Amino acid sequence: MSQQIGTVTWVNGPVVRSRGSRRVGMMELVEVGDEHLVGEVIGMQGDITTIQVYEETSGMQPGAPVFGTGLPLSVELGPGLLKSIFDGVQRPLPVIEMRTGSFISRGMHLTPLYRKDRWNFTPRAKEGDAVSGGTILGTVPETPALEHRIMVPPDLSGTLTWVAPEGQYTITEPIARLRIGSADDAGESREVELTMLQRWPVRKPRPYRSRLGQNIPLITGQRVLDSFFPLAKGGSGAIPGAFGSGKTVTQHSIAKWADAQVVVYIGCGERGNEMTEVLQDFPHLVDPRTNRPLMERTVLIANTSNMPVAAREASIYTGITIAEYFRDMGYHVALMADSTSRWAEALREISGRLEEMPAEEGFPAYLATRLAEFYERAGYVETLSGQSGSVSVVGAVSPPGGDFSEPVTQHTKRFIRCFWALDKALASARHFPSINWLDSYSEYIADVAGWWKEQVGQDWYALRNQAMEILNEENRLSQIVKLVGPDALPDEQRLPLETARLLREGFLQQSAMDDVDAFSTVQKQIQMLSLILHFHHRAQSIIKRGAPISMIHNLPIVITLIRMKSVVPNDQLEKLDGIRQDIDRQMDKLESEYA
Amino acid sequence: MSEVLDRVSEVLDQSNERRMGHGGQEVIGVSRIDGPIVIVEGAGNVGYDEVVEVIDAQGQRRRGRVLEVGENTAAVQVFGGTTGLSIDGTRVRFLGQPLRIPVAEEMLGRVFDSMGQPIDGGPMPLTDRHADVNGQPINPTARVYPRDYIQTGISAIDGMNTLLRGQKLPLFSGSGMTHDQLAAQIVRQATLGVPAGQRGSEGASATSTEQFAIVFCAMGVKHDVAAYFRESFSQSGALTRVAMFLNLADDPPVERLVTPRSALTLAEFLAFERQMHVLVVLTDMTNYGEALRQISNVRGEVPSRKGYPGYLYSDLASMYERTGRIRTSEGSITQIPILTMPNDDITHPMPDLTGYITEGQIVLSRDLMQQGVYPPISVLPSLSRLMKDGIGEGRTRADHSHWSAQLYASYAHVQNVRSLASVIGEEELSTVDQQYLAFGGSFEREFVSQGLTENRTIDETLDIGWRLLSMLPKEELTRVSEGEIKKYYREAHAAH
Ligand SMILES: Nc1ncnc2c1ncn2[C@@H]1O[C@H](COP(=O)(O)OP(=O)(O)OP(=O)(O)O)[C@@H](O)[C@H]1O
Ligand SMILES: [Mg+2]
Repeated sequence: MSQQIGTVTWVNGPVVRSRGSRRVGMMELVEVGDEHLVGEVIGMQGDITTIQVYEETSGMQPGAPVFGTGLPLSVELGPGLLKSIFDGVQRPLPVIEMRTGSFISRGMHLTPLYRKDRWNFTPRAKEGDAVSGGTILGTVPETPALEHRIMVPPDLSGTLTWVAPEGQYTITEPIARLRIGSADDAGESREVELTMLQRWPVRKPRPYRSRLGQNIPLITGQRVLDSFFPLAKGGSGAIPGAFGSGKTVTQHSIAKWADAQVVVYIGCGERGNEMTEVLQDFPHLVDPRTNRPLMERTVLIANTSNMPVAAREASIYTGITIAEYFRDMGYHVALMADSTSRWAEALREISGRLEEMPAEEGFPAYLATRLAEFYERAGYVETLSGQSGSVSVVGAVSPPGGDFSEPVTQHTKRFIRCFWALDKALASARHFPSINWLDSYSEYIADVAGWWKEQVGQDWYALRNQAMEILNEENRLSQIVKLVGPDALPDEQRLPLETARLLREGFLQQSAMDDVDAFSTVQKQIQMLSLILHFHHRAQSIIKRGAPISMIHNLPIVITLIRMKSVVPNDQLEKLDGIRQDIDRQMDKLESEYA
Repeated sequence: MSEVLDRVSEVLDQSNERRMGHGGQEVIGVSRIDGPIVIVEGAGNVGYDEVVEVIDAQGQRRRGRVLEVGENTAAVQVFGGTTGLSIDGTRVRFLGQPLRIPVAEEMLGRVFDSMGQPIDGGPMPLTDRHADVNGQPINPTARVYPRDYIQTGISAIDGMNTLLRGQKLPLFSGSGMTHDQLAAQIVRQATLGVPAGQRGSEGASATSTEQFAIVFCAMGVKHDVAAYFRESFSQSGALTRVAMFLNLADDPPVERLVTPRSALTLAEFLAFERQMHVLVVLTDMTNYGEALRQISNVRGEVPSRKGYPGYLYSDLASMYERTGRIRTSEGSITQIPILTMPNDDITHPMPDLTGYITEGQIVLSRDLMQQGVYPPISVLPSLSRLMKDGIGEGRTRADHSHWSAQLYASYAHVQNVRSLASVIGEEELSTVDQQYLAFGGSFEREFVSQGLTENRTIDETLDIGWRLLSMLPKEELTRVSEGEIKKYYREAHAAH
């Protein structure tokens, strides 16, 4: 299958040059050396080819052979993706472990998807059907949580001449035959066999019919996100923050609780233990919507910080291609990439070894283009088969020194519409998620307001804006308080400080480690918000009548409102009604004293 | 179990052999010497990353490593430095393999240089096991998530930033601060933690058991620092369990790039093939970074921040990630790297990128030190990311997590009160805020501060915390549950 196309002339870490054939394609997958280390052509000049190698090149010598494959770097798509964990170029890590033990050694050639499993295929199309790219041929219950829809590859169309009957098939056995070309023009028609296994080049976005609007929120169960800075299904968001500010915990929380049907989690140049944690937790955590283990809807890509840097660069594309594939079946997919900065650094490292002209901070000039291409692959679309599906993308950004003015954060901002700014000071004070409510923004707020009204039945938009106003007011007032102390403010102005405390401690803070608090349904979110605002309005009128703020501050209900998040579980929201009555009772009493 | 390990090492050895084509060709053909880098011409079959011996006109040998290789030329980084080398008189022998060091249990109790050569006057360790200093990445599927906490006897760590077996937790310090004392105290006092209330028999010093080992790695630190650690290990009777790898301030800087890798290679052998719990102390990583920057600059590489190479993150990760536990061994590697932050600046690339890789950090504060607090641990910027999985019911105590969240929140509020007090004066503060001020002071003096040899149990630590929290009104304690307040809050205190 592979043919020698040249010999190595130069080695510098993951970058290798070879001399030989001019017929190699740009971005073609090649194999380098006697161990056939996998690499990709990233540059060509005359008969010199530049290759980035996805494995450790230690010991590689000039003179070693280079083989071509004629194919671009691709992923395998088909049943068996879910519950898997792959490296950046889709090698299955558990199989690597079986082969070589606890440490990853190189030169291993493994198929990403296991060939021997038999899957129960139920046809949906039949002989004689005219089909085109994306048409669903049949289904496979890949996991109890998800039906895998087998589609005609995007670039094929024709007439089905045979469809396999319901039964057990491996992913390489034919499940349909397709005649391509028109029936009358026999000369041009040919027949192809379709299997459940397909390939797609990772750097090429998978096609769809059209883009649709993004006005359904991706519900994450995280109050500060859903209620204050929502991401839309098919939207893209970034979560930048200094080390230890909470990017990974937030992304893990989204991966756990988001109302997506499939989750693709890319650990891109981050810690090994964090992937182990997901591997150990997800099989035991239950998706509140399907009541199935979360792992059944999850695909993991792990190219940790100590794994080869070129494969780290590829991991983002591997992940998003898999996400698009599930989108094309008509599913809502959430993709997490932790961290896009490590991916950008992989670009920088390769670029540096190529001695390319650097732009800002050593990053190559094409950094912005690459980022744009990645985030552009998010979207809510009408698929080739006419269904709707989406890929929502959340990228963590790790700015050096926590300084958001650096290139990756700045360029990312241009291509995303939701910005969750993590704040080191909040994290130090253990306010988690440390998302700064003044610096963050979402451009989807107005778009998703309609959904809240229809689905939740309350005016979320108005409540949210009132709460934001109070938080902004607190920010303004706290500048004064810092100079003169709180006592200098009239009581009427001290109320927003009280309410803002309730919003911060009782609503925005949400512990990912607390069983009750980790995830809030939209109903719980909106009721909590409206309780806090109800408190505010009642207190406002009482203060107008002359009650001192200290009376409000000392009401027992204040503590109740701060604790309700972890005291009231999602399935006992009637308890919140009780809290509302408590507010009224305590406020009524105060009110009567100042009548 | 050991069968699997044998298989692993077999694979390691095989892949090493595959990489080594030739026995050891010798070339005379140095064409350029540039700082610690030598350009060699006329060598064929040179492998990327292979080890060389550079032999000067007097026949003195020094080791080096191939950084880049072309058809006819190779760039070699000379660990011993290039002082005294001449273009004409220098020969270079290519050894055809990556840098390997001997690994053996007998290396405990001994002192080595960066390449694993004994420098204590003793013999070479007798072993036929040699391992590539670069190691190989641990497969995330093979890891076991750390869960067992290490009791260090230091309240600010055990209570607020609990260290687990298999964690990498650096000390971020500044020059002239008490990080060495703290690191030595941690090593001396480290025991496998037991739940509060249980004074387990396992509580015996971990360093005294056969399963425990310490690998100490010095990079560019002064002789007296190494001597201080040695003395400290010796006093606690642990010296026979310690392997030291020393590259001191007057040793060649380029060698520093290898010292931690050699140390970690031995640590991996002890932990994963000999089932030991290994504590690795790396000091001072800032000197390591400097050496890496120097090599990068000489080679004319495109710098990223402050002249450090763009691959600094990956390079550091290739060492810090050599920590943890794996399924095929009972052993573990716990890393405590020490960094002195240039100008006490936590955003400097070395602490910054370290913090992005390690599982938390213990930050020392010059302010606290000047106030006489030892250990001067600044708890707010400190963090142990793995803590959540090692504490609580059955590990430390059920209230531990809320207790620490409350201490964090209350102490964070102290900072606001202090800055307000500095503007309006303490007398103008509300009663509650004055209580916060008092709490803050006590927290630093009674909780954070402790003696150089004071070894607190987890009970004592939790107890002091509750005593201090009781200085605040109950209503302020919203991070702990009502039940916990009932159980641990001390009314009497609040009355004062
Ligand atoms: N929602 C949360 N609830 C409770 N604790 C949290 C939450 N978010 C973050 N934390 C705490 O903050 C710590 C650091 O968070 P995390 O690991 O997500 O940081 P990060 O931004 O990913 O850092 P790095 O860039 O170094 O990877 C966690 O270990 C945890 O202790
Ligand atoms: Mg993280």
